Amino acid sequence: MALWTWDPFQELEALRRQVERAFEDYRGGRWPLARTAFLPGLSARSYPLLNINEDQDTVYVEALAPGLDPESLDITVRENVLRIAGEKPSVNPDIKAEAFHRNERSAGRFVRTLSLPAAVDAAKVKAKYVNGLLTITLPKAEEARPKQIEVSVS
Amino acid sequence: MREATVPEKTQQQQPDVPDTREEARTLAPPVDIFENKDGLVVVADLPGVGKEDADVRVENGILTLKATAKSELPGEALRHEYELRNFFRQFQLSEEVDQDRIKAEMKHGVLIINLPKREETKPKQITVQVS
Repeated sequence: MALWTWDPFQELEALRRQVERAFEDYRGGRWPLARTAFLPGLSARSYPLLNINEDQDTVYVEALAPGLDPESLDITVRENVLRIAGEKPSVNPDIKAEAFHRNERSAGRFVRTLSLPAAVDAAKVKAKYVNGLLTITLPKAEEARPKQIEVSVS
Repeated sequence: MREATVPEKTQQQQPDVPDTREEARTLAPPVDIFENKDGLVVVADLPGVGKEDADVRVENGILTLKATAKSELPGEALRHEYELRNFFRQFQLSEEVDQDRIKAEMKHGVLIINLPKREETKPKQITVQVS
């Protein structure tokens, strides 16, 4: 009895993931267009998608996460790793599968971790959830902020 | 429920306005469509869209979803995985939908549209009398 059967679709999925990973660094921050066609759907990949901005004193993280249960959100910062966990409940769990004409939205629990680009002050991190966008404001730690150095002319 | 892939001409459009194909540069939001006992329910994920920025209309039996997404993230871009754009999607409705009783609500970036069926198209229970 074979315990493992060869599944071509699984192989394809693995290949797709490898290619995606290879492009991950190359894509960088400047070409988000390649991603817009793939808004949250049913596939298994990084969820939620994140946009990361920074200025001198702060790192801003925005997550594309409509329809979350705000109570379920669990955001922690530990050793400069931001962890976002939560649950997107399904709108109507009682509806039978036969009643669906289309089922494109996903639902379920998720976790995503992110290494922050700078040391942050964990005590001052703030998060808000508006219109399905989760915005996390992470003030940088004192040592990570740029210091102005005055040049004395003698 | 059939999806209209080519933007339908609706009465709203002025004939002298050129078709800029604006719809081609928008995102189609993922939707769930299911039936409950009253009719159809359409659920669409519209992140970054406020209550006032969503435009739902029914014309000539076509349901049009239009929404403007906005995000105000300060600072300079470091890494961007998505881009918020305007949302647009159309569906063809069946005759059975009671257009006067359509209701839509928006919560946490999710739009829920209730499309009740007309009373006369709902199945009626007929009791058989045996004499």
